[in-house]
Amino acid sequence: GKFMLLRDTRTDGSFLVHHFLSFYLRAGCKVCFVALLQSFNHYNIVAQKLGVNLTAAKDRGQLIFLEGLKSCLDLLFGEEKEQPGQPSPLQFLRESTCNLRALFDFVQTSLNPDSSDSWKVPVLLVDDLSVLLSLGASPVAVLDFMHYCRVTVCSQMKGNIVVLVHSNEDSEDEENELVVNSLCHHSDLILWVEGLATGFCKDVHGQIKIIHRVSLELTGEQDRVQLYQYKIQDKNVTFFAPGLSAAVL
Amino acid sequence: AKMAAVGGYGTTSSQRGATSFQRRTSVGSRRVTVAGTRPSVRHGLLLISSGLPSLDWVIGGGVAVGTLLLIEEDRYGLYSSLLFKYFLAEGVVCGHNLFVASAKVHPDYILKELPAPLLDDTHKTELEEAVKSEESQDSMKIAWRYQNLPKMEASPTTSTKFGHYYDVSKTMSPELLQAIKCHSFYLPEELSSQPTIKTRTMNSAYTRLLQSIQRVICQEGFDGSDPQKKQKNILRIGIQSLGSLLWGDDICSSDTPEDIHSLTKFLYVLRGLLRKSLSACIITVPAHLIQNKAIMERVTNLSDTVVGLESFIGSERETNPLYKDYHGLVHVHQIPRLNSLMCDVSDTKDLAFRLKRKLFSIERLHLPPDLSDTVSRTSKQDLAESAKLLSSGCGAMAIGKKHLDF
Repeated sequence: GKFMLLRDTRTDGSFLVHHFLSFYLRAGCKVCFVALLQSFNHYNIVAQKLGVNLTAAKDRGQLIFLEGLKSCLDLLFGEEKEQPGQPSPLQFLRESTCNLRALFDFVQTSLNPDSSDSWKVPVLLVDDLSVLLSLGASPVAVLDFMHYCRVTVCSQMKGNIVVLVHSNEDSEDEENELVVNSLCHHSDLILWVEGLATGFCKDVHGQIKIIHRVSLELTGEQDRVQLYQYKIQDKNVTFFAPGLSAAVL
Repeated sequence: AKMAAVGGYGTTSSQRGATSFQRRTSVGSRRVTVAGTRPSVRHGLLLISSGLPSLDWVIGGGVAVGTLLLIEEDRYGLYSSLLFKYFLAEGVVCGHNLFVASAKVHPDYILKELPAPLLDDTHKTELEEAVKSEESQDSMKIAWRYQNLPKMEASPTTSTKFGHYYDVSKTMSPELLQAIKCHSFYLPEELSSQPTIKTRTMNSAYTRLLQSIQRVICQEGFDGSDPQKKQKNILRIGIQSLGSLLWGDDICSSDTPEDIHSLTKFLYVLRGLLRKSLSACIITVPAHLIQNKAIMERVTNLSDTVVGLESFIGSERETNPLYKDYHGLVHVHQIPRLNSLMCDVSDTKDLAFRLKRKLFSIERLHLPPDLSDTVSRTSKQDLAESAKLLSSGCGAMAIGKKHLDF
């Protein structure tokens, strides 16, 4: 089970989220997608361009989709439907407790293998973790949540976790930086997407640094870093070595 | 083809009166549209005009239904309140419904001050003539052969079928407003009612506002939840100076605010409401007053389109000859990337605005040519500084840090 951190700086790294979502669904994995930032339709439309139908995946039980925006509205404006066994995953918005226990329970329940399940490894996908801080969760609560998820999904279920966070070098959001740095230390793989230091370019939208945290395996090896540049197109993203974009060649 | 607004609410048919824009559909075509909208075909979004065609152009064609346009106010709020009024005025001209929320000025008063639309073609040509005569003063003496060449496109051409022009020196006639359904939320009047939604420590003014918006969306059928009240119109929501002290929030007045999460929570819930309804929202925020920059970073992440206005009033740029034709700069901090891997970021990164006698426009910034032989060091440095600041582009694409010297 691998913990993969998607990190973006000065640009939008959500294309990686779309990629991994369709990648794991196509691979036959059971995916729990905690989609906090956008509506289901947004992800569905993009997924279709990448060749995957999210509605169908939901219907056949392969995809468990938490639409954060909708859950939040149900929680705040919904009628009082007292279901003691089914608290909302975003319960922390309403309660005085600060922890993300309900959200973790949701993840655990979603990915627990059913007897009828024939899916491959479970995957937890989160877009994006920084939103939880904006909603009032403390950095400690967020890190605890991730820790519990890692123990359950990666170690126990041998599954993967992919989480997107935002960070900026001159960010003043200390809580966010704390969460990001802590997650970096515990990640097996970091995909760090950055805008180009030289500014906007039509042909190269940014660079991606892939950091293999080999040092975590305590074999004395250093982390392996690969650097590519990328360009986003309508239905895919092309990667190339720095300086070799189509505009230059 | 069925066009889906963000959030999945399909567009429905609409037959509007003669005063509002009506898109002609070809015979036999079953595509029907809501007045004042146009589809963004690549992303399957429904767009409405911000009321300022030059702004529409730089934010990807318009404001997508279901999204939020956040304006970072200029220091005195002069120009941001203009944009606010343009957005509402456009709603009146298109026959949309309005929801105006304010804590300082009563919404009725805001609506009385909307600019008058230039609907008549003759008025528009009058305006263009006035502009031309202002500029014909500088006829060329030496390079006279260039006199007759077409002027450089400072403003991109926009289709007049979507988006209208307004005369800020005149107010809209009350008759136009009477035909429009307007909802208002004036905080001092709302404080007497009790909030009923349960949320942990959200500012009570924000709570009341969310409740009010949700009620209108639900009761007027903008979310399609009630099949009998299927709404065929757009709800334009305008919230002025959110985050300011008058809304009961201390993020603008204190270095260490008591509650830094209320505004971001509000924006998150608002996003949920917008995404599931046929509505679009403009919010102005006095960002320059917020000391804690982390809050603005989070606010930006929770907004769709973010535009900052920087006026030259009271700054050294007011007298800087580099900017003599303009009243301020426009910073497009973010453009939404919805329903697609790509986003329509414009190539133009350096934008400025100016308010002429009747017209407010956003243009590509042209620095005048550096003609003087004895340009002093300070002004050259200022030019480089300005160029560096101007090149900080849209946050959705890369932002350059290093200034390249040629």
